[in-house]
Amino acid sequence: MRKVLAVETKLYLREWPVMLYTIVLPVGLLLVLGSIPDMGKPDPALGGQRVTDTQLPAMMTLLAMLTLAFTVLPTVLTTYRERGVLRRMSTTPVHPGRMLVGQLVINVAVGAVSTVLVVVLGRLVLGTAMPRQPVGFVLVFLLGTAALMAMGLVIASLAPSGKAASGIGSVVMFPLMFVAGMWIPREIMPQALRVFSDYSVAGPFAQAMRATWAGDWPQPLHLVIMAAGLLVFGWLAVRLFRWE
Amino acid sequence: MKVIEVRNLRKSYPHHVAVEDVSFEVAEGEIFGILGPNGAGKTTTVECVAGLRVPDSGTVRVAGLDPHDDRDELRRVLGVQLQSAALPEKIKVWEALDLYASFYPHPADWEELMRRVGLHEKRDTAFAKLSGGQRQRLSVALALVGRPRVAVLDELTTGLDPQARRDTWELVEQVRDSGVTIVLVTHFMEEAERLCDRLTLIDRGRVVATGTPAALVAQAGGEQRLRFRPSAPVDHALLLALPEVRSVTGSGEHLEVTGVGDLAPAVTLALAEHRIVPTDLRVEQATLDDAFLALTGRTLS
Repeated sequence: MRKVLAVETKLYLREWPVMLYTIVLPVGLLLVLGSIPDMGKPDPALGGQRVTDTQLPAMMTLLAMLTLAFTVLPTVLTTYRERGVLRRMSTTPVHPGRMLVGQLVINVAVGAVSTVLVVVLGRLVLGTAMPRQPVGFVLVFLLGTAALMAMGLVIASLAPSGKAASGIGSVVMFPLMFVAGMWIPREIMPQALRVFSDYSVAGPFAQAMRATWAGDWPQPLHLVIMAAGLLVFGWLAVRLFRWE
Repeated sequence: MKVIEVRNLRKSYPHHVAVEDVSFEVAEGEIFGILGPNGAGKTTTVECVAGLRVPDSGTVRVAGLDPHDDRDELRRVLGVQLQSAALPEKIKVWEALDLYASFYPHPADWEELMRRVGLHEKRDTAFAKLSGGQRQRLSVALALVGRPRVAVLDELTTGLDPQARRDTWELVEQVRDSGVTIVLVTHFMEEAERLCDRLTLIDRGRVVATGTPAALVAQAGGEQRLRFRPSAPVDHALLLALPEVRSVTGSGEHLEVTGVGDLAPAVTLALAEHRIVPTDLRVEQATLDDAFLALTGRTLS
């Protein structure tokens, strides 16, 4: 497994432009948007919070995780299947599942790097507080990431080709970003949209992350939705995933 | 000793039967060919041998193992090279070999294997940048890196230029000489004739004939054909009187004689007795293509 992980990591780093989207873009947006003077003022719409307190950093973390789960992961796995990489491996004593696990580990690791940079640079440059409920923050990160990755695996199961996977991934990703509050914070969403948001897995991920950032525990509903997403999409992925 | 036994193999897919009834045996240390036109069921057959597909009925044994029940053990004794590209584009030659070596309990020395297939100078080249022939050689090396007893090579030289093809054939012979039994799947007659110790002809999911290339050609009649321009008119009866000759046909200035055995010496001798010289003499041996045609009424390609 160590060798599979080492080789997959090298291959991942050779596709370094991917990291422009998953690390440079979210961290860069955080710093640029966060430096706009209005963003640093208490906003009555956010209950007196500044945008840079929880909304912006949580959204940038979500941006990284959604990109990884919905475009990077499915594209790589589908391309491997398309090229016969997984099938070739299934003629050896090692199951191609190792390759899939390797990809999951790497994508979660890249997401973690991105998140740590958002937290640390937010603190240093924008004066955003570190997450005040760190244990909850880590748990939410792991649960939400797992649920999103399971959704990405379902896309990888259904897409016939690498190109189709990145297309389907984008089509799913942008509406999720919207309902999760990327452009309109949940606080000022119309009621109907808010309901969508609360059941979208990405929405609960964002709100739970914001809650732990502010020092609260996440709402039970949000945790339940993420757990349910993980179970349902994880089960679907296991049922649907094809190695060839 | 039989290292592979396939008996009454049958495999159908939702819309068609890929393999109707295929049986053959492969002896230890030989290059065994599975030859047939596209869609004959060759690949499905070896996929059942490799444990990648479960047959509907029939039995398969590889070194005494059932490919489906003894999956894990089978993968240690059987190396497989599949059709088409099967590696990530940016993986380097040495990384692929090193990675695949790590999959096996007692792998070959991959550095040495890399030299043997002539890829040591391409050590740091990405898979996507290799030529077709280099990819195939890497593919062969990966099939061998686990020190298998049997290697299955599927459509090894399809898409290669003639030089790369000959290099790959040489490599396959070296591998056989090192003691590995080889199952070679091909639709390419010349390749089967050149490489295989024995082969089985498959058409529409059934075995048409099995044997050495020479025996198969002989079984199908083993006909030879002579074409030449005689220096003076020839009485056809003169040639038809020869026991080796079956037919004589004239087309313009040329004469075409078909027959068996030592056809060319017999005909030239008979002509010489009448002071006739055959110019532009061409001898065409029957090939596996002809054998296939004679046995099935269809051509290979």
